[in-house]
Parts: sequence; C-alpha cells; structure tokens
Amino acid sequence: MTWTLICGVLSGTIMYGVPLLYATLGEVVGQRAGMVNLGLEGILLIGASVGFAVSVETGNPWVGIIAAAIAGALFNLVYAFLVVTRRANQLASGLAVMFFGMGVSAMIGRAYVGGGSKGLVRYQIPGISAFPWATKTMFSYDLLVYFAVPVAVLVWWILFRTRWGLSLRAVGESPSAAFAAGRRISLLKYQAALMCGLLGGIAGAHLSVALARTWSEGMSGGRGFIAVALVIFSKWHPLRAIVGAMLFGGAVTLQLQLQAQGSSISPFLLNMIPYMLTLGVLLVWGGARRFAAPGALGRVYSGEE
Amino acid sequence: MSSSHDMRTATQQFDTESPAPLVSLRGITKRFPNVIANDSVDLDLFPGEVHALLGENGAGKSTLMKILYGFYSADSGTIAVDGEEAHIGSPLDARKLRIGMVFQTFTLIPAMTVAENITLYLPDLPAVLDNRRIAEQIDEFGKQYHLDVDPRLPVRDIAIGDQQKVEVLKLLVGRARVLIFDEATRVLAPHEIEGLFRIFERLKEDGYAIVFITHKLREVLACADRITVMKRGRIAGTLIRSEATEEGLVALMFGDAMPREIRQTAGERKTDGAPLLELRNVTTRAEGEGTRLDDISLEIRPGEIVGVAGVSGNGQRELGDIILGLIACARGRRLLQGVDATSWIAGRIRASGVGFVPEDPLGMGVVPWMTVAQNAALGSVETYARHGGLSLDWNHVQRDIGTSFEELSFEALNPWVQVRTLSGGQLQRAVLARELGRRPKLLVASYPTRELDVRSAMAARRVLATLRDSGGGVLLVSEDLDELFSLSDRLIVLHQGRIVGTFLPHEIDRHKIGHLMTGSGGTNE
Amino acid sequence: MSKLLKGVARIARKGWAVAAARYAMILAIALVAYAIVLLLAGKDPIKACVDTFSFTLGTRYGFSEVIVRMVPLLLTAVAVAIPSRLGLINVGGEGQLYMGAWLATWGAITFTGLPQAIFVPLLIVLGFLGGGVWAAIAGFFRARGLVNETITTLLMNYIAPLIVGLSVYGAWRSREPGSSAFPQSVAFPDAARLPRFFDTRVHLGIILALVVLFVFWFVMERTKWGLKMRAVGGNPEAARRLGIRVGFYIVVVMFIAGGIAGLAGMAEVSALHGRLRAGFSPGYGFIGFLISWLSGGSPLGILMMSFVLAIVFSGGSLLQITQGVPFAAINVLMALILFVVLIKPRLPRRKLS
Repeated sequence: MTWTLICGVLSGTIMYGVPLLYATLGEVVGQRAGMVNLGLEGILLIGASVGFAVSVETGNPWVGIIAAAIAGALFNLVYAFLVVTRRANQLASGLAVMFFGMGVSAMIGRAYVGGGSKGLVRYQIPGISAFPWATKTMFSYDLLVYFAVPVAVLVWWILFRTRWGLSLRAVGESPSAAFAAGRRISLLKYQAALMCGLLGGIAGAHLSVALARTWSEGMSGGRGFIAVALVIFSKWHPLRAIVGAMLFGGAVTLQLQLQAQGSSISPFLLNMIPYMLTLGVLLVWGGARRFAAPGALGRVYSGEE
Repeated sequence: MSSSHDMRTATQQFDTESPAPLVSLRGITKRFPNVIANDSVDLDLFPGEVHALLGENGAGKSTLMKILYGFYSADSGTIAVDGEEAHIGSPLDARKLRIGMVFQTFTLIPAMTVAENITLYLPDLPAVLDNRRIAEQIDEFGKQYHLDVDPRLPVRDIAIGDQQKVEVLKLLVGRARVLIFDEATRVLAPHEIEGLFRIFERLKEDGYAIVFITHKLREVLACADRITVMKRGRIAGTLIRSEATEEGLVALMFGDAMPREIRQTAGERKTDGAPLLELRNVTTRAEGEGTRLDDISLEIRPGEIVGVAGVSGNGQRELGDIILGLIACARGRRLLQGVDATSWIAGRIRASGVGFVPEDPLGMGVVPWMTVAQNAALGSVETYARHGGLSLDWNHVQRDIGTSFEELSFEALNPWVQVRTLSGGQLQRAVLARELGRRPKLLVASYPTRELDVRSAMAARRVLATLRDSGGGVLLVSEDLDELFSLSDRLIVLHQGRIVGTFLPHEIDRHKIGHLMTGSGGTNE
Repeated sequence: MSKLLKGVARIARKGWAVAAARYAMILAIALVAYAIVLLLAGKDPIKACVDTFSFTLGTRYGFSEVIVRMVPLLLTAVAVAIPSRLGLINVGGEGQLYMGAWLATWGAITFTGLPQAIFVPLLIVLGFLGGGVWAAIAGFFRARGLVNETITTLLMNYIAPLIVGLSVYGAWRSREPGSSAFPQSVAFPDAARLPRFFDTRVHLGIILALVVLFVFWFVMERTKWGLKMRAVGGNPEAARRLGIRVGFYIVVVMFIAGGIAGLAGMAEVSALHGRLRAGFSPGYGFIGFLISWLSGGSPLGILMMSFVLAIVFSGGSLLQITQGVPFAAINVLMALILFVVLIKPRLPRRKLS
C-alpha cells in the first residue's frame, strides 16, 4: 500500500512539477532581464487553450504544443510592449496581461470545454520494465517531461555561457551599465519576453494536452503566480528551479494523496494548499533573497517601476 | 604572446613623435534645457600623453567627454579620429574607435564577477563565450600595468580602489587607445591617487592617450603633460605643463572672480554643556549590502564639527543613520544631550533637534514631485498642523521658508515649484534652509558639497560653520579631504565600520589619513 | 466663429477639461474595443449600446440599478486608490471583499435577535474588520520587507473565496428546500438587512460609499496624515529620514483599504442577497482596481468612472440575459481598458501618489 502511495506521489510530483518548471524557467529568463511578469498566469491559460484547441483541430498534439508556444510568445509581446516601450508599471501590466489571457483563453476554449484528446504518447523510462513490480504504464511519461531537465540546463547554459545571456543578465542587473557597455536594452528585453512567453505557452499546453487532456476555464489555477514565487525560491537560477518545482510539486501532491487516502478534510481546505505553500515560500525566502535578486528588480518590488 | 590583436602591435602604430592628434574635436556645442554646457569647443588629444581637462563643477568638461564617448550627441561640431571624421552615436561607436571612458560612478555590475564585467565590455565577443581566453588577457594586462585584481571575485566584494582598476582593465582588454577618466580620484585615498598616476605613466609609455577630468589643481600639476582649462562651457586656455602655474590655472578657471574662502576654524563659540551626541560602544547588524558598525564610541560636543574621513562604503552612511535613528543599536547606547535615546525611533530623534543633509538630496531628502513648501512642511509637520491635524497652515510654512532663506543669506526661491525642477545648488539650499530653519542642535551632513559649483559649496560650508559657532554640533562626512581639514574641529577616520583614528586637524597629514582610510598602515607608498 | 474657438481653446487648457477629455477618450477607445469584442462574439454592438442606455438612463428601475452597482465599484476603487498614494498596489480587493462579507455573515447569523438599529452598525464594523485584517496581513509582510503586497494580495484573493466556500458548504449551509442546487448560507434575519430607499434596491451602501469617498479626498488633500502618506508614496526613503513611520502607515493604510473593500462585500450580501453565496462577486475587486487606475486615483475620477462602468455592467448583465455574452468578454474588456491606460503615460496623468 505504501508502495502505491510512493509511486503516486512520484507520479503526481512530476505531473504537477513539470509544467511548473517550464513556467518558472520562463519567468527566470524574464526576471533576469529585469521584468516581473505577473501575467504568466494568463500566458499559461493561453498556452493551454490554444494548445488544446489546435491539437484537437489538427489531430496532432505536437502541432498544438508548437502553436501554444508561439501563441504564448506573441502574447507576452504585449507585456513587453507595455513595459519596455511604454515604460508602464510592471506589476499593473502583468495584471492586464493576466486578465487578457483569462478572457481570451476562455473564449478560445469555449468550444472545447470538457472535450478529450488522446494526449501525447508516453514512453516508459528505459530499463524500468526490467523490474518485476513495474507495470506497463508505470513511470511512463511524455517527451515534454523528459525534456524538462535538459531544457533547464539549456536555459542555464544560455544565460551563463553565451554573449546573449551575459547581456541579458547585465540588463537585469543594471540597465545603465548595460547601456554603457553598448547593449540594446529594449531589444534584449523583448527577446527575453519572447522566451518567457514561449516557455509559458509550452507549460500551459503540457497541462491541457498531455496531463489533463482537456480544457476548462482557468485550469492553470494560479500556477503562474506559484512560478513567480519559485523564481525567488530558486534564487533566479535555472538549475535550482528544477529543485524548486519538484519540491513544490511533491509537497502539494503528498498532501493531496494523504488526504485522498481517507480523510474528511473539506476540498476547500485542500485547494488552499498551493496558495498557502506559495505564501510560505515567499515569506521564508523572500526577505533574504531580496539581495540576491537581479539589481534592477528591486525597483519593481519597491514600486518605482 | 597569446593574443594576436594585442597592445604590443598596437603600440607600434603609435608614433608619439608625430604632431598629428589621435582625436580632434572642433566646434562642439551642446545645450541642455537651462544651460549651454559646451560652447563651440575645440580640443586635440595626442597619443602618449596625459591631457588634463580642468575646471570647476559645471564647467562642461564631463559633458564634452561624454559627447566624445557617444553618451550624448553634440548639437553641432565635428569629431575626427586618426584624421578621419567620425560619427559617434553611442558608446558602442566610441569603443569601436577605441575610445574608452571611466565614469565617476562606476558602470560595474556589483553582483557579477570582475571577469564577467570585463567580458561585457569587449567589443567583438563571439556568441559563445570563451571565458578562459578572457581570463588570460585580464591576467596579462593586470601584470603589465599593476592592475592586479582576482577576476573571479564579484565586484561588490572588492575595494573601491580595486574596482577602479577593473574599470581600467575593461578599457584595456577592449583595446581602447584613448582612456578618459572622469573625476577618477574622488574615491581614492592620497596614496592610491599616486598609484593611479603611476599607472598613467606606464600607459603613456606605451602610447595610450589619457584624458584626466578633474577640478583639483594639485592633481593636475602632479600628473598632466597638457592642460586645458574650461570655464562655463568654453575653453579658457590650453597649456603645456611646463607653462602652468597654480595662480595661472586659477586665473583661467575663475577669471578674476575667484571666491576666497575664509578658513572656518576656532572663533568665539559656546562649547559648554553636555555632549550633544554620545555613542558608547555601538555595534549594529549588517543589512544586505550595508556595513556593520563595530564598537563605535563617539562624542559630539556643542560648538564642534566632527569630520568623518573614509573611503565610501566603510560605514559612513551607517554612522549617520544610527545617529538619526534609522538603524537600531544591536549593542551599545546612544545618548542625545545626556538622555538615553537608544530605543528612540527616527521621528522622536528628529523631534528632539537632530537634522540631516543627505548625500543624495533628491533621492533621500525630498519628495521630488512635491513643492518646496510641501517638502518644508514635511520637515516639521507637527509645527504646521492645525485642528488636531485636519489642516495645515501653509501661510506659516511660507513665512518660515522666507525667514530661513533670509537668515542664511540665500537667494529666495518660489516655494510653489516642484523640487525636481531645481538645480543641484538650489535643491541643496532648500534642504539646508529646511533643516536649519528648525534650529537643530545636531546636524548630520553627508557629502554636503558633492557636485556643487564653488559658490554653492562655499555657501553650504558657511552654513555649517555658523551652526557650529552658535553652539550646534555637526557630523560632517565628506570625501574631500581639503574640506574636512578646513572645517573640522576634530577628525575621525572610519574603516570597515570601526573608528581607526581620532585627531585634531593639525596633528595629521593627508597621507597618514589616506593610509588609515584604506587600512594600509605603511608609509612606504 | 473665432470667438467660439477662442473660448473652446481657453477651456481646453484648464486642468479639469484636460482630465475630462482624457477620461472620455479612454472610455471611447475601450468601448470601441468592446464593440469589436462583441462583434467577434457574434453580437450586435449598436443594439447592445442602445439597449443598455435606454434601460439604465431611461427607466427609474434601470437608474436605481446603476446606483446599486456603483456601491461595490466605488468602494473597491477607493480600496485601491488609498494604498496607491503610498505607492502600494492593492490587488486584493476581491479577497478583502469576500472576507468582509464572510465576517458580516457570521455576525448576521450568530446574533439573530438584535434590532436593526444595532445590527446595521455591527455589520458595518464586522465588514470593515474582515476585509481590514485580511489586507493588513499583506501590509504587515510588505512593511517588514518580506513580500511585495501585490503578490500577497493576489494570492490571498484565491484563498478568501475558498474560506467562504468552506463556510457556505459547511457550517452555514442553508437547509431550505431548493437550496441544494445553489449552495448558500442561511438567510439573514430581516433586521440584518441594510435599509433600502425609494422602493428600489438602492440601499444604505451608497451613502457609505459616498462618505468614504469624501473622507478619502479630505484626508489625502488637507490633513497632515495625507501629506505624510503622499510623501511615503513619493519617496519612501526621504519619508523615513524625515521621521515618518513608513512601516506603520503601510499596515494602517492596508487595513483601512481592506476594510473599505470589506464594506463592499458586506453591503452586497446584506443589502442585496440577504445571504452569503459562494462566488457572489463577479470580480468587483478587480474592476475597482481598474477604476482606480483609470482615474489615476483621483476621487472625482473614481466617482465618474464608477458611474460609467456601473452603466456598462448593468448592460453586461442585461446582455447576458438578452444576448448571451460570456463574462470572459468582460475580462477582455477590463484588460483592454487597462492596456489603454498603460499605453498612454503622456497624458496629464496624476501619478500614483
């Protein structure tokens, strides 16, 4: 019985954690460039709705995922336009994008509510079948799950080993220094926003196409904000984000599993868990981390931008 | 040598015997909304020499070089590099022409390492970084010019003097030939300044052209080969070092109207009574990037200016803040006029007669979009509150502003303008008027004359001296050793949050103080 | 003719005219965007507008409905505007509104025997406390430098409706026949209902809202506390050095703002519904945020915008009945309005202080 529990928790951790990881990675890139995007929630929803709709219409889930990535990237361009070109307040712009995403995704998804799709093909972890207790479907995941950690490593490599990544981080630390070094700040920020939107779109699509295999309004349930908190928790570092996303996924799943195994706790209380956890993470790590944040972000959090 | 495009081959292109200038500026004019910063300026820069650009704050020297570096664009005029006309629209263009600039406020990124900061600056970076090669180059240049810094350290962990070396390395590794230094000695102790000049010497030998922007005569005479004096946006004169004398340069800088500053020391003053401030073994907790104060014991008596010398970032701000009550004493006691004020909050301390002049008035002392009157009212809200706080007596505010300005002999200001429209000097005067109008017993003045023109700076110093003469106490934090020596009745030196020396001004010389400031005890520099 | 033009030019330079023109333009653009959205959703925008205006401004009932809708909008907008003067962004109006309603419901259901004269003030206090404490938590974290209040209030917006749901489906659940389809709390005693006027649904809440608005303006512009608060918003570092207790003001202001939003929640459940229902707010908290931003936090602007948006939303619910426009479209409209505001910082905008 405990074995099933452990397998269930592992499975749930991955199911909850992988989209969260993609979303967090996207936000890490954006915040490293000095942009706090609270609209990530909206991007997730756009990714989920577009991804599901396109995959149902074309019959090919991967086309849906690609469409979702593009949609997310374009959507985030709106945020970038507000924040970079019009110099609007970042937090408010993020909220605007959030509303926009919620509304547009609901409209796109209206025709698909409750529908099902076959989802992405799942591949078992190589070698698991050798174990006698492993059933055919245990520990089988779709490619996006397998790609998650490599993508995180790729993001790390881009940020710390390429010229573009160095420039991007400079923009997020000190726009004046980056400008003095001849970097085109606006362009870099737009590029960062595109990348954030791309990853966010993939995260959303993974939710709807691969995991839930359906669409419902607001199905991301706050994961966008949780990702923002996880960025702080992982000190803006892509590799630590893996740990953060999995830890969070694990914590939520563990609670849910324990409750599901015969507890009379109200579903309302259960639903509060992710938000309370997020608040907890922010409280414990947020204060100290202030000083580890990219330099220019401080102004966002104190309301100057 | 490992790298191909190195400075060695570059040197051979410099013919230091040839009269042709590396850079020529002709007819540069630049206007800002209230002022003509540069008025038809001509300038030539030659390789292998240190060219000093001398003038008081606001003369236009910085602006001129920022135009050369592409930070600003001139309204009219031309720039020629190596005899060919050049269009410099951005710092990137300037760097492609091998012109580099070290700014007053370093453009380093504190959280990144020395190596990353330098890498950021290199003009021809490949898409994938070759960190190893860059580290090699840093090493080479570092050894060649005594600019040794550990490239793996984050910039915020190294001393300011070393940070400046990183700035120079940035330019050298980036293949600059023209090196512009804007007020480079502001943050350096005297022996570090000498070190900088020696670096100039070595660079000169290898054919670099160095521009040294400053308002300090003494330094110009110590290091320059050629001197150009600017006054009010125009060139007042260009001399070779052998032709230059102190009086001659002063005459060029100020014309005949050189303001004479009276030495502000001991006169008739009231010095009795309990100490206005006593810090007994005060220790604080460090917050983030701040400095921790360690076992500070300090007294300020009535009728005394205590000057604080130290390299910026060694606890000066924290010392001021702890007096003002903005930081808590983790250990130790704080007494104001004999009363234990260790647990008092900032508002209560302020109300008891402590004022402040912050190092960045616009950022720390006023609300920029509010008017002079509103900021003045904020200085002592309770005085102007009526009906229990339901309204404010703006007439009273206005009268007090007028009175204060008169007493300080300041030119009157319209109290209904927004504070952010004022010039640096006007803003400082408004802040001084507000603070002194409250008749404080103790004033914490941080870098009160930084970046002020000579007249405003003198006015500020006069105000401090007057407060001292009438029995008040002043804590004066400044990076200008001349100012500290001339104004202070007592000097203390701060290093890494501790007081490492207390002197009367005549007991110590600039060099000894410089060593204390940087924590280097040696006298062999 | 030239005299007329001169007159117009003179008026055009006056501050209020510029502000009014700005509001008008923003609204016009937003309404055009909304019309496009309606078109895309397959509805007739012109008919929608005509229907809306003739109902809201043409009929007595319609107008009274506008007043009724204005109450939560006014209150939630002020709940955003006050903290904005300190540079704080309060997105938690929704959650604060729910908590105000929740605490007021607790009072209404628990103290059933009280007369109206006592009940009404009690409900006001409870509504204020519920929202106030909820917001003060976020204010406390911000004052301590732990979490930015935008994120905290946003997260708490998700938690508050769950608390309400918990109670409505649990301890307070109504066992009346027919309630199992739409879970709701037991009904409030009649004495716990806010008094109404003129045979319409217009209730005490509008008086509360107008008083709150006036006090907001007065305190901010005239009193010493207002000056200090605006200083905190303008330059918190300078305010701190001038001896203003920034942390204290942050918590107090968030408390008051949350309390005001809580009043909105209390008014809705007490005056209109007479019981607590899960999800009773169609996003008033967010709409209030929008109104505050649209009007740059100015009390007069808030009044105007609330009126106009109340008309639009009366139209919205009317449209839902007559034309079946989904509420997701309202989300889009809100986003579009915010976009327009954020895109045009060059207009003479009074900054958030």
